Amino acid sequence: MLTTQFLLLGAVLFCIGVYGVLARKNAVMVLMSIELILNSVNINLLAFSVRHGSVDGNTFALYIIAIAAAEVGVGLAMVLLIYRNRRTIALDDLSEMKG
Amino acid sequence: MLSSILAQIPWQAPTIDYHAIAPEIVLAAGICLIILVDLFVSESKKWVTSTLTGFVMLTALVPVLTLAVSDNNVRSLFDGRYVIDEFALTVKALFLIAGYVVILMSQNHVEEGDYYLGEYFTLLLTSVTGMVMMASSRDLVSIFVALEMLSIPAYMLAAWRKRDRKSNEAGVKYYLLGVFASAIMLYGMSLLYGVTGTTLLSDIGRQLTVEGQFGGVQALAITFVIVGFAFKVSAVPFHTWAPDTYEGAPIPVTAFLSVASKAAGFVALVTLIYVGFPQAKDVWQPFLWVLAAITMTVGNLVALRQTNIVRMLAYSSISQGGFILMPLAVAGTGDAAGPALQSVVVYLIVYAAMNLGMFAVVIAASRTTRSGEISSFGGLFSYAPGLGVLMTIFLASLAGIPPLGGWIAKFTAFRAVLEAGGGWGYGIAVIGAINSVIAFGYYGSIMREIWMKPAPNGETSAVKTPSSLIAAMVITTAGTIVFGVLPGVVLRFGDLADLTGAFGR
Repeated sequence: MLTTQFLLLGAVLFCIGVYGVLARKNAVMVLMSIELILNSVNINLLAFSVRHGSVDGNTFALYIIAIAAAEVGVGLAMVLLIYRNRRTIALDDLSEMKG
Repeated sequence: MLSSILAQIPWQAPTIDYHAIAPEIVLAAGICLIILVDLFVSESKKWVTSTLTGFVMLTALVPVLTLAVSDNNVRSLFDGRYVIDEFALTVKALFLIAGYVVILMSQNHVEEGDYYLGEYFTLLLTSVTGMVMMASSRDLVSIFVALEMLSIPAYMLAAWRKRDRKSNEAGVKYYLLGVFASAIMLYGMSLLYGVTGTTLLSDIGRQLTVEGQFGGVQALAITFVIVGFAFKVSAVPFHTWAPDTYEGAPIPVTAFLSVASKAAGFVALVTLIYVGFPQAKDVWQPFLWVLAAITMTVGNLVALRQTNIVRMLAYSSISQGGFILMPLAVAGTGDAAGPALQSVVVYLIVYAAMNLGMFAVVIAASRTTRSGEISSFGGLFSYAPGLGVLMTIFLASLAGIPPLGGWIAKFTAFRAVLEAGGGWGYGIAVIGAINSVIAFGYYGSIMREIWMKPAPNGETSAVKTPSSLIAAMVITTAGTIVFGVLPGVVLRFGDLADLTGAFGR
């Protein structure tokens, strides 16, 4: 069935996203990787929605899209804040506090 | 495709029980009101917003109380997706009162720091609204929306001191790990929807296969969802954000995160486990057992070598989180479901009182010491006897010394795991007992500092404490002592039959 391919795509996107979050040092790249995970979730939900023939998954995906936008708004504002205070957005430099 | 599905279901407006959602309506109206008021008052009168926020919280408490005394015990809205039962009402009241105490603590702190008062209180109120919604959510979508509604304002509050590099760092670490965790949780939720075909928790509970029979997908879905909330309650190994965020954020925000935000995580975890996954205990019991054991141990051991009081309280709050997880780890065994739920609720209530109180005392004392180092609290008792005694009370309660509240919380937690019994139950009880002893080490070292040591630089002028902070301390001290001396008061709150029904006993 066609939905299997979509689920596979979702799983691959999820893995790429997780790898990006763990491996990337640039705050914006990490944000983009998180977006990848969220989109893999949306693909999953839509594929399952088609398979089950119910609208629950579509509704869930709409909520995720809207809330992800709000989240990224906050995230980019914080990255901007960091850039203003430090002139860099490398996450490795965030080490004022230790222990 | 979509339209053909929609055409099959004739849509009709759901009947809404307005009394049941009155607390949420009051809070939402309050958020709008405070944004408007903030626009029109002059800079010197911004304190109005804080008073107003406190007023809104207390007003929202009124419908919670009227719902609690009404005959209709369980009100179910939107086909059971939003349920107001005794459990929900109890934790709603907890969130609102904890939010009110945080506002009392914030008042002078934020004003003197010259922060953005109106926005601060709006965000705080939004976050509390999310928590109040979380208490009633019984559906994957509403749990997700409530989680984000309480988290997103909290990210901003952690980074509130815009020009302070530590506060920036606190906010970004909290944000990145928080969003990552909720993305993982969402992937788990999408798989859950895939294997059950519904987002309603009670249906998921029914569909999720019979006991003991599991596909890998089900196990993966449940694990991912629990990981998302393990982050929220800062369980080891998902705790790395907590110490840095707690240290860098303004102290009232730290108090809010360590009490209210953590409680919201536990409430979601409890709803998921009790309503959504009662049949899947073979998956979550061992997972939570390991989480609880290492959370208690790592939190305690690292707390021992902290020199900054806020950082030490961060690790102490991580290890207290382990104690709250402890009964959940055996909730599916034998007859432990009821006592486990009771102990989680009781622990959350008592922990809120004593930890908020501890932070209030730290805020008051650091107005003179101007430092977070534990050594700077030396001789606190000699120049501020009131604060010294209060700090001792809260520390003793956190350590679990009778007859204070913390003791009764630990008692219910141990009773629940012993009720479950078996190797798992007794094992976690032993680990918990060892950890309660280790905890005396660092709580005791602060007590020694306050009572025995001289003041570090001869600073012995009396501490002036603002009245709102005194009010916060009175509320939390009263809670800590009353719950300890009259445990019946708080144990009654934890006596909740309605959620445990899902276990089918």
